[in-house]
Amino acid sequence: MMHRVVITGAGTINPLGADVPATLEAMQAGRCAIGPLDIRDVDRLAIQIGGQIRGYDETAHFNRQQISLYDRFTQFTLLAAREAILQSGLTFSGDLADQSGVVLGTSGGGLNTQEENYRAVFEEGKNRVHPFIVPKLMNNAAASHVSMEWKLRGPSFTVATACASSNHAMGQAFNMIRCGMAKVMVTGGSESMLCFGGIKAWEGLRVMSKDGCRPFSATRNGMVQGEGAGVFVFEDYAHAKARGAEILCEVAGFAMSSDAADIVMPSKQGAARTIAAAMRDGRIDPADVGYINAHGTGTAANDKTECAAVADVFGAHADRLMISSTKSMHGHLIGGTGAVELLACIMALRDGIIAPTVGYEEPDPECALDVVPNVAREAKVDVVLSNAFAFGGLNAVLALRRHA
Amino acid sequence: MSIKDQVIAIIADQAMLEPSDIGMDQTLEDIGIDSLGLVESIFAIEENFDIQVPFNANAPEASEFDISTVGSIVAAVEQLIAEQKG
Repeated sequence: MMHRVVITGAGTINPLGADVPATLEAMQAGRCAIGPLDIRDVDRLAIQIGGQIRGYDETAHFNRQQISLYDRFTQFTLLAAREAILQSGLTFSGDLADQSGVVLGTSGGGLNTQEENYRAVFEEGKNRVHPFIVPKLMNNAAASHVSMEWKLRGPSFTVATACASSNHAMGQAFNMIRCGMAKVMVTGGSESMLCFGGIKAWEGLRVMSKDGCRPFSATRNGMVQGEGAGVFVFEDYAHAKARGAEILCEVAGFAMSSDAADIVMPSKQGAARTIAAAMRDGRIDPADVGYINAHGTGTAANDKTECAAVADVFGAHADRLMISSTKSMHGHLIGGTGAVELLACIMALRDGIIAPTVGYEEPDPECALDVVPNVAREAKVDVVLSNAFAFGGLNAVLALRRHA
Repeated sequence: MSIKDQVIAIIADQAMLEPSDIGMDQTLEDIGIDSLGLVESIFAIEENFDIQVPFNANAPEASEFDISTVGSIVAAVEQLIAEQKG
């Protein structure tokens, strides 16, 4: 028997806001949180902008012992998870704790911790590092700390598939509940790669913009990195209904695939195949899809490939649906990006507000879809998709449905 | 070795060809260098000459660095060296 899956909690901290209401308000206002980076050695970087979480003070949220174990990406995860689980109203004990788990996406994991400690041993010549570096930097640290904090004793692990990590993680959470392996899954993702080494590595590929993220615009010239986390409570529908939980939307379908082609270049066929498979998985009529939250990185290659894939899959309906990239506002959160972008999907379904693609300056004939340029729009939509197409050719598309 | 010969050596190495196989009016595509190979070649040029090459893979035609042929790359490198090391 297949179980239906719904979302009963959402939490975030990202450049647009320190919680879900602030983030949705910023998306609705079309606010751009990309600005000058405030990090060590920024003067030695060619790329000096990013979607950074401003005014963040770790000591306001965590004590000294916690900070010695929580990398920035773990801290973001815990703050987002707290908001999501609080909203769900769930507490975990007994059988429910055993049937509830955590699956989170991240790409860099504790990259700031690695950077700080490489500096200490290589640059400063120290021969000693703090004893907790390994448990702090490991990619599964965030998932493990969530499981420990809320006593989630079911299946838990971390997914690392670059820019698709969060969507892959949420897809696993969805399938685990759907097949009866879990009742509740805390899922989403987090990233904190805005450090000297993190940006320097990306610079090398020469796909980053020096001045802004303008997805689908003819004037786009690359991606901009962001940081933060998005975490959700996915729950068995019958379980949520029985306890009278507030349901944000239904997770209807998921698909993942591999291009098996190129380590960095996207594939139209791979993207199209995954979008179509996600709709088939959710038994969704393509004509019912009202909005797509695009991968929309703002690179020349991604945006035209993604638009061509959408046009292929939807035919004439491609001109009727809306597709936007909120990366234009919060930047590309790499392993956490799909999770923060899922908030725009929930806003579309629950609130009837479509987040815009800001920074849009000039139409590109190769991206000739309704990209909701610059200004949010009111529209009632029943089904939305969220795309993620990672380096390495790994694709993950989620389909969500409005809960009537 | 002249700047020209050094640039040709870098491009030949990337394409896994002999420098004598590289013609000044050839494009990188002719030689079999794709977008990743181009980014690697530019890195090798920057390291070899200790210069910064202004190049964005999203908008190659809008970059100040002209990559249309081997000859244009050599000329662009000569100019960058004159500007940055002169």
